[in-house]
Amino acid sequence: MTIGLEHYLTVASVLFVIGIFGIFLNRKNVIILLMSIELILLAVNINFVAFSSFLGDLAGQVFTLLVLTVAAAEAAIGLAILVCFFRNRGTIAVEDVNVMKG
Amino acid sequence: MLQADLNVILPEIVLALYAMLALVVVAYSGKDKLSGPLTWVTVAVLVLVALMIWGRGDAVDAFGGSFRADAFSTFSKVAILLSAAAVLAMGQEYMLRRQILRFEYPILVVLAVVGMMVMVSAADLIVLYMGLELQSLALYVVASLRRDSAKSTEAGLKYFVLGALSSGLLLYGASLTYGFAGTTLFSGVIAAVGEGHAPLGLLIGLVLMISGLAFKVSAVPFHMWTPDVYEGAPTPITAFFATAPKIAAMAMLARLLHAGFGGVVGDWQQVLALLSLLSMFLGSIAAIGQTNIKRLMAYSSITHMGFALMGLASGTQLGVQGMLIYMAIYVTMNIGVFAFILSMERDGQPVTDITSLNVFASTYPGRALALLLLLFSLAGVPPMIGFFGKLYVLTAAYEGGLVWLALSGVIASVIGAFYYLRIVYFMYFGKEEAAPLEAGRSPVLATTLAVTAAIMVLGVVNLFGIDTAAATAAAAIVN
Repeated sequence: MTIGLEHYLTVASVLFVIGIFGIFLNRKNVIILLMSIELILLAVNINFVAFSSFLGDLAGQVFTLLVLTVAAAEAAIGLAILVCFFRNRGTIAVEDVNVMKG
Repeated sequence: MLQADLNVILPEIVLALYAMLALVVVAYSGKDKLSGPLTWVTVAVLVLVALMIWGRGDAVDAFGGSFRADAFSTFSKVAILLSAAAVLAMGQEYMLRRQILRFEYPILVVLAVVGMMVMVSAADLIVLYMGLELQSLALYVVASLRRDSAKSTEAGLKYFVLGALSSGLLLYGASLTYGFAGTTLFSGVIAAVGEGHAPLGLLIGLVLMISGLAFKVSAVPFHMWTPDVYEGAPTPITAFFATAPKIAAMAMLARLLHAGFGGVVGDWQQVLALLSLLSMFLGSIAAIGQTNIKRLMAYSSITHMGFALMGLASGTQLGVQGMLIYMAIYVTMNIGVFAFILSMERDGQPVTDITSLNVFASTYPGRALALLLLLFSLAGVPPMIGFFGKLYVLTAAYEGGLVWLALSGVIASVIGAFYYLRIVYFMYFGKEEAAPLEAGRSPVLATTLAVTAAIMVLGVVNLFGIDTAAATAAAAIVN
């Protein structure tokens, strides 16, 4: 069996869906939300690299590098905000992110 | 060649260099002691860059067609820069007095503005993503600027998680679009999409990208973060969220749809019409029960985004023109209302409760009248200019064949009028308060309030010419 474009796309879509579900179904820990976000971005990267190799076009790989860089910056900012939140509330459970409602 | 390309993005380069220079200079000198003057310098720089862009009208492509400066980007950029400058100027005194004006704030706002300027000029998926992330990352930090406040950090956290999710959706859509079109350039995408009906892969990509952008403009059903972030962030920052980023995201959506998917209007029209319908109704109905004026403004912005999306949903040049006019008017009204909210205080403490406005008109008749004009304009009561904004998008929807959407828009604006009029009722006919509201003494806020209220009335003459400017801008992206 040869591994073709559709296999990569399937893996990527499965990862993407796991990431989305991780954000909406997770009721425990904000760190898990950050991990789910990384999972979504990695799914996107697999898509880009697979398409790039399939099309023989480099733009997709350039895009992947940009996404990797931005994902690192995003994780840094997310963790920084999370640290500030923890200092104020003393918890990072998702169900405690509830000062404002409505 | 490179020289010409760099010349096209000169305004962005100037702003980015200014932000980095200011960061280094202030970090190694006075730090937070300099934040007051730094804000004024930043306001001046933003206005100067707006004037610089104003003079550049003709369409030019740069960097192999991935960045485009034209009448459309000029219109949006000037609106973004001026509204950001106005919001910075308004918040300066408020934040200084409460010791929350850090020197990073104006710098982060400038970086966010650079991101927005890249967004509205993007003609390539990579550039689009870069601009969007530059804007979002700066905004996440700005939302949680009050590090010692549980509300502000919670607002930042919620904004971050949902913002990152929306970027993920947008990116997944972008990856599918790239794969099925074979290029990231909008000019290549529109060729691959063709006329009539788009191939399935591109269609899924488009819908995912629209969902990602709907988060950024807070259209229902992607609006959950808006009320919490508006309430939790410090008020000057809420005012910023309600203005410039909305113009940028709307403008970017318009360019993506027309420059990238202009051949398949029928395919995305229904998606936008649905977003528009839900936003208008949910925004109007959910705002009725609110007691916090910042939350109320959040739902109000959701409603207004619904109207702006109605313009886009029509899929015509008139629709884009209506959207641009609507956004310009919306931003002006919001700056006025937030100038008022920033001046609401009691014993020097900020107040955001709506019932605190009881009998406000008897102590401050001038300010109450100004707010009345702004609220009537938000509600779309003629002859205030808010009515003309609605008229443009409703006409566009009607002529674009979306009669049902135009009719629902009228019904939603009638429902929406209720909660604006409720504030007016409190001001003029409410019960006596034991501790009446004070209105601060900031001359900047009073001037902003007076000027925006005057615009609401004087604009009826010719809308200050923005309708012709918006028409030229719309012609630049719709073909």
